[in-house]
Amino acid sequence: MKRDPLWREELSIFSADEKYVNRRQFAKFLVLTSAGMFVGNLWILVKSWLTKTPVYPLRSIAKLGEIPVGGSKLFNYPTAADPCILVRTGETELAAFSQKCTHLSCAVYYKHEGNRFECPCHEGYFAAKDGRVLQGPPQRPLPRILLQQKGDELFAVGIDLGEA
Amino acid sequence: MEPSHKRGLTAIDGALALIAILLIIQMWLLTATLESFLAGHREAALPSAIASGVLALACLGLYLFVRGVDREERKR
Repeated sequence: MKRDPLWREELSIFSADEKYVNRRQFAKFLVLTSAGMFVGNLWILVKSWLTKTPVYPLRSIAKLGEIPVGGSKLFNYPTAADPCILVRTGETELAAFSQKCTHLSCAVYYKHEGNRFECPCHEGYFAAKDGRVLQGPPQRPLPRILLQQKGDELFAVGIDLGEA
Repeated sequence: MEPSHKRGLTAIDGALALIAILLIIQMWLLTATLESFLAGHREAALPSAIASGVLALACLGLYLFVRGVDREERKR
């Protein structure tokens, strides 16, 4: 049997008692966790009050002729820190979405064979037509970039976050 | 073990189980509210915060009950 080191024998600390958590301590821990959950909800509430309704700029993102059917183009909208992807799924069908997976923000890529967006991190799939979740851990659809076509040029005009 | 002591322990265990259930509901509430907020729905934040606060108060009440029972048992 392994003996305790000398300092443990000389100090009057009972390690078994130290590790023992009684019911009252456990209840206190649970109540503190509950208070933490409440603070989390309050944080969301304050954040929802402070977040202003965003105003999206009108921005040219691509020329129609530069994307072949089944092709895609990356762009940033509304800011340089927001990567997006534009896909041409048919001769006249175009769609653009945020490139951030709604699970953990990995970059999704377009797969023409399945006509879907795939997230390589946790295999979350989204429909290329409307951005809805097809499979995997994401709970929300990809935010859709609203497009406007003027002649041969495509413009991003806003973002639709989709249904929750 | 004395019957009154056993009753006290049962009451504490029951209160602990109830606190755990309330905590699980709060966790669900927080994740659901966060998902909803990230999806652009802000209207759920206020009722969720109120509900979470009520649950936290209920947990606190149960903790005070546990502490009271514990103190009584220790006095005997």
